[in-house]
Amino acid sequence: MTRRHQRLVMVLLMLACISAAVAFALRAFNGDLLYYLTPTQLAEGRAPAHGAFRLGGIVAPGSVHRKQGSMTVHFVLTDYHHAVPVVYTGILPDLFRVGQGIVVKGQLVNGVFLASQVLAKHSAKYMPPGIHQAQSSVPHRKMLALRRSLREDPGA
Amino acid sequence: MTLKTFFHRLGSPPYFYQISRPWGRAFAWIGLLLILVGLYGGLWLAPPDYQQGNGFRIMYVHVPSAWMSLFVFMVIAVCSFIGLVWRMRLAYAVAAASAPLGAAFTAVALVTGSLWGKPMWGTYWVWDARLTSELILFFLYLGVITLNRSFEDQKTGDKAAAILALVGAIDVPIVHYSVDWWQTLHQGSSFKGLTSEIAPSMLWPLLVLMAGFMFYYGWLVLWRTRSELLLREADRDWAQQVIGS
Repeated sequence: MTRRHQRLVMVLLMLACISAAVAFALRAFNGDLLYYLTPTQLAEGRAPAHGAFRLGGIVAPGSVHRKQGSMTVHFVLTDYHHAVPVVYTGILPDLFRVGQGIVVKGQLVNGVFLASQVLAKHSAKYMPPGIHQAQSSVPHRKMLALRRSLREDPGA
Repeated sequence: MTLKTFFHRLGSPPYFYQISRPWGRAFAWIGLLLILVGLYGGLWLAPPDYQQGNGFRIMYVHVPSAWMSLFVFMVIAVCSFIGLVWRMRLAYAVAAASAPLGAAFTAVALVTGSLWGKPMWGTYWVWDARLTSELILFFLYLGVITLNRSFEDQKTGDKAAAILALVGAIDVPIVHYSVDWWQTLHQGSSFKGLTSEIAPSMLWPLLVLMAGFMFYYGWLVLWRTRSELLLREADRDWAQQVIGS
């Protein structure tokens, strides 16, 4: 074995060892690397028993209700398997709308999520407004697209 | 000239110094042209987005920069590998010349992403897997730059930086796949294989800009490598001739 071969083997061994270490570490921390939980993960009991956590889902159609004369808004976040009612008082991000992916931070109290922060998650889709209107005039296609984006983007 | 002899000749600093000049010039002009065409297409011709309006246009700077931040780190990692195993002087010079460029692309990606996040997400920054791993990439670049210059002997600095670059290269697939592996606030990739979720009228300027950024980097890295080689080989005959002429 030449010196060059020795160096090649050493560097490859180093890379293999470090890759394995990083892979195991990421695997061990997997749950902690999630920025938010989905309603299904919440139903599986993966949320912390005490304190704040983040919940992500799609704003369910027909679920948005504003209290007259206040900044309080009620809505339901769903992943089409489970749904969680949310209450939030404050300014919503511009992208907040029905069918949009939303991440809320707060606590679950008696089955209602009291949110202290609302963030909008936008999809990986970009298109001109006209195309979108043409698509949404076909409700079935829109629903399919929603489901598809949900599958590709867990929890969105 | 076979491929092997081509690489042998390329590995010689005087030969590289000679041929890098026309190549660098060509890259600069192609890059400039592509970036101008891409910016015109992205900022004027592309329609506003159905949800984000005109705000989505920051994508035309953010996505190419983010893509380059990953690409340049892979270049550094491959050069470090060649340098460590084959002791090729040119490879170390390319790695040293690339690190500040990659750090700059990463900084641009982080800053434009943050400015984009405020109006769309409602926050400048979150500690999700994508943003955090990209920030780690920025610090890895800073580490490579600093380690390279931290030793009196340039060879020691090259080796130390090369080992950090090879170890740090593990962060590149983590940044790329973070949006698939974990639930993040950052959206998933708009590219699925060869298809894209970006409408064609908005997509072509982005692809042109990504190509333009590649050529722009190609130009800068050739130019910086030339200076790096002159600096490193200042006491050799070929460098003396270049400096003297």
